[in-house]
Formats: sequence, structure tokens, C-alpha cells
Amino acid sequence: MALTSQDIARVANLARLELRPDETERTLNQLNGFFALVAQMEAVDTEGVEPLAHPAALLGEVALRLRDDIANEANQREASQASAPAVERGLFLVPKVIE
Amino acid sequence: MTSLSNLDLHDLGVAQLAAKLASGEVSSVEATQHFLASIGRHDRLGAFLCTDPEVSLAQARAADARLAAGERTPLLGVPLAHKDVFVTRDFPTTAGSKMLENYRSPFDATVVSRLGVGAGGAGMVTLGKLNCDEFAMGSGNENSAYRPAKNPWDTSRVPGGSSGGSAAAVAAGLVPVVTGTDTGGSIRQPVSLTGITGIKPTYGRCSRYGMVAFASSLDQAGPMARSALDCAFLLSAMAGPDPDRDSTSLDVPATDYAIDLIAASAGGASAKPLKDLKIGLPTQFFGAGCAPDVLAAVRSALSEFEKLGATLVDVSLPLTELSIPVYYVIAPAEASSNLSRFDGVRYGHRAANYTDLNDMYRKSRSEGFGDEATRRIMIGTYVLSHGYYDAYYLKAQKIRRLIAQDFQTAFAQCDIIAGPVSPTVAWKIGEKSNDPVANYLADIYTLSSSLAGLPGMSIPAGFGAGGMPVGLQLIGNYFKEAQLLAAAHRFQMATDWHTRKPAEV
Repeated sequence: MALTSQDIARVANLARLELRPDETERTLNQLNGFFALVAQMEAVDTEGVEPLAHPAALLGEVALRLRDDIANEANQREASQASAPAVERGLFLVPKVIE
Repeated sequence: MTSLSNLDLHDLGVAQLAAKLASGEVSSVEATQHFLASIGRHDRLGAFLCTDPEVSLAQARAADARLAAGERTPLLGVPLAHKDVFVTRDFPTTAGSKMLENYRSPFDATVVSRLGVGAGGAGMVTLGKLNCDEFAMGSGNENSAYRPAKNPWDTSRVPGGSSGGSAAAVAAGLVPVVTGTDTGGSIRQPVSLTGITGIKPTYGRCSRYGMVAFASSLDQAGPMARSALDCAFLLSAMAGPDPDRDSTSLDVPATDYAIDLIAASAGGASAKPLKDLKIGLPTQFFGAGCAPDVLAAVRSALSEFEKLGATLVDVSLPLTELSIPVYYVIAPAEASSNLSRFDGVRYGHRAANYTDLNDMYRKSRSEGFGDEATRRIMIGTYVLSHGYYDAYYLKAQKIRRLIAQDFQTAFAQCDIIAGPVSPTVAWKIGEKSNDPVANYLADIYTLSSSLAGLPGMSIPAGFGAGGMPVGLQLIGNYFKEAQLLAAAHRFQMATDWHTRKPAEV
């Protein structure tokens, strides 16, 4: 199954990326080369096999622990916003989204 | 006091440096000045992305104060440097990406604070941040948005990746120990290509808190140095649970990995120190895909292990080839999710011109991400998209379990698995950069153990074509870092590959 340039446009939109026409063409070729490699996976019988998400789950149940839902970090608003592209009065600025 | 110009500080290991610091022969400030000057002289290696002498010297003064107060711990006052994917309060953090060009973290990664001079830290002095592939995606450091890093053994060649700056810095003697990260081989492969030693611990051993995330179910931090002993010192301070900050960090306390190695050194060489060690050789790691010069060095290192008493047995990892597509589905899927946080709002690059919010997202992300990051986001978004999730991501995770189970079958026959790290020695900069799939295929020997979450290391095994270093990979079962380091240390007590240095670079 080969991807088309429409697939590339759809995926780029989902990923919020903008590809130039020459990039779309190159990406299409590279992704088709890549998915030819991925097709090997189809031949493996995985009937009844559980997906493995945390590698240590192979050793037994891994409890992904939760900590108590309390604020335990010091307030660092200024340091956290120091690298933001646009900030005003402690708020992140974005283009207008509500008319 | 000895004149610093006569001191080959850059040739010393961690224990020797610590001894000089403890005796007062050298202060941490003097050592820091020495290494910073050397880093400046070797800037064209591209190993470092930034240094800040003022910050490093302030840390060194803090370490000297602790030394003066009588504190004696193995790493106190010893310099190190961090791969630029660990966030640091005192230095910028770029992850090798234009996206984070002016980013300054409000906090330190857990690994950074555990090693640093702050409260509860091991007291090491940070010399700067090390070059790497953008968001740790790559195997030659050629995907750094800033500059390539060069291999000190031949500066026309890559140092490997993604922890390429880390490897180049250690191999050139610019810093005794460094941190790296390994998602699919990013510690082991550059270590192999630059003739140094490094270990990727069991997934979950070291906290991922403050590591710029690439593939969350695979990313793991580890030390890189010239010897197994130095890696052991660093790992002892890096590892351990981080219960409040990384839910995937395992509830297994760190141990002192150096103590047995020091005892082995003190006991001296014995006749057959590894007589109880069975080393498994996967037939799939010794096939036609590996260059003859690499295989020759690996086999010769393995016969050295036999001389030390180890037994070599054949084992099978039948899904080795499948680890490539499985990894390159899972890692980009997780990457596309992790990198969605770069939206040009809270941090990172924002485009100068856009029409609305969506246009701002698209332009900021397209300008900020390089080619490889963009490619992996595209792959990951596709395999996670509606109608494809089961066929790709879920299927890959199922095969991932089979790959991990195959390792357990193999470990029923052996204690450690060994083989090559990379199918070739370091290649020329620019030689392979236009063919992403060819680059992915070269990761074949490191991906399967990453998918299984197993600890793995690379140690210098000799030299191949062009006089370039070759590494031997050692893979252990879960939590067997101590066993790997002990075997590597015995090998390094009997051989001198790890002491070889490139000619003046």
C-alpha cells in the first residue's frame, strides 16, 4: 500500500506542519520507502499476544504509580514564562481565537 | 603545588582525579579551569554547544568549600558535562534543535541535580552542554541544528549519535565523564564509534524527569566515560527511584556499582576470573550484515573473554531484523505525541508572520523542527491516525513483547549476550545523510535490547578499517548492570584498548 500526496497533506495537517511542495514530494518518497520496511511486520503471528508498553511489565505487573494530587512545587511563574515567545501580565499571548 | 601545565589532568580517571582533589594537590577550581581551557582549544570538534565559565567556576568553588570542610565522596569536585537533552537551570537547553534556541529551563533534571553541587547532589562541576542530534533523533550527530560533532579519531568522520558530542568530548579528553541518553542505541553506538565505554541501564533505572522527551517508553539516561569503573561511579549517583517525578522509574534502589570493581582491581589479575560467566552470541548478530573488520575485532575481544574463563555459547534472537520496523513505528509514534507540546506558545520558536492560531502552529513548528524530527513526526502521526493504529502501533507493541520474550529464552542459556554495536566503523560526515532508511538499518544491533528495556553497554574492542575504533556490545538481563560492569572491568584489567587515545586533535 503506497501513500499518496493527499495522505501526506492530511498527516501534515494533523501534525500541524506545513511542507513546501518539494518537501511533500521528498517526504512521500521517504515514507513509502519506510513503509515498505514496516510491511515485514504483517508476517509475524501476534494472535493472542498482549502489547508491551512498559518493558519491565515482562517481569510482572508494573504499577504506574500516582502521587497525591497536591500542589507541591513552588510557584515559578516568572521563570516558567521567561522562555515564552509572548507574555503580558503573567499570561501567554496567542492570536485572537474568538471573534 | 604542582604546576598545572605539567599535569595531564585530562588523562585521569574519576578515582585519580578525586584523589588529587582530596589531597589538595589540585583544587576543583583549578581542574575546572584546566578542562575549560582545553574545551576552548578544541572547539572545532563541535563537542560542546555551550559553556559558561562563570557558572562552572562558581560550582567548583562550592565543591572546594565542601572538600575544605572535610567531605570525601567519590565524585565531589570532579567535572562532567551533560548531553543537551537534560534540562539545566544554569545553562541553556536546546536538545540540538532550533525550536529551543533560547530556552532556559526553570528546573534541573533529576539526573542533573543528583550529580550537581546543590543540596543532596554528588558535588560534580558542570562544564557545559554537549552537542547531539536534534531531539536525540539520529546516529551521526549530523541532525544537530547547530553544527556537526566530529570524531576525534578522524575529524572527517561522525562520532556517532545521538549522544555524539558526549562521545567526542570524552574520546578527546575534554571531560572525564559525561551523561548521555539512549532510546535505540544513542549511548552504545557513539561510544563504540569513538573507542570509549558507556552503559544504558535497564529502562526505568534512571529518572527521565527533565530529559527532553523523545520516545517515553524507550528513553533512558546513562553514563559515558573511558572505563567501566568511571561509568560505575557515575551510574551509582545517577540511578534510583524518583517516585514523585517519574511514574515509570522503577522501585529498585541504586547500588554502589564501583565497589566490586575496586575490589577486583585491588585483588589483581587472577587466572580465570570469569570462569562462571556464560556469554551468548546471537547468530543473527554475526551474519553478512556486519562488516568483516568489525566482526574481526569483536571476535578477538570475545576470545579475550574466553581467556578470562568465560564460556561462549550460541543463542538465537530470531526477530532481530523485525526490531527495525517495530522500533521505527513505536519511537516516532511516541515522538509525534511528545513533540506536539512545541506549539510556539509556552516556550520554543514562534514564527514571525502568521494569519491565525493554526497558521502560527504550522509555521512555528515547520520552521523550528529539522528534517529528521519532521519525518518522524509525520511517521508517528500517520501510524497513530484513525484506521492505522491497530495495524501499526498496536502490532508493533505486540511484536515488541515477542522480542522481549526471545531475550528471556536466550538468557536461560547464558548470563550476558554479546555482539557488535554498529555494523561498520564511523562513516564520513555527509556520506549517509540523504538516505534515512539506510541509517535506520544500521541500528539493527542496538534496537532489540532497547525495545526489551534491557541494560546494554559498549566497550572498546580494538580497531577496524581506517584505524577507527570498534566496540563490543554486552547486553544483560533486567537490573544486571553490576554484572555487565564487572565483566567489562575484568576485560579492561586485561586489555588496554580503553586506554588508547587519538593523536592530538
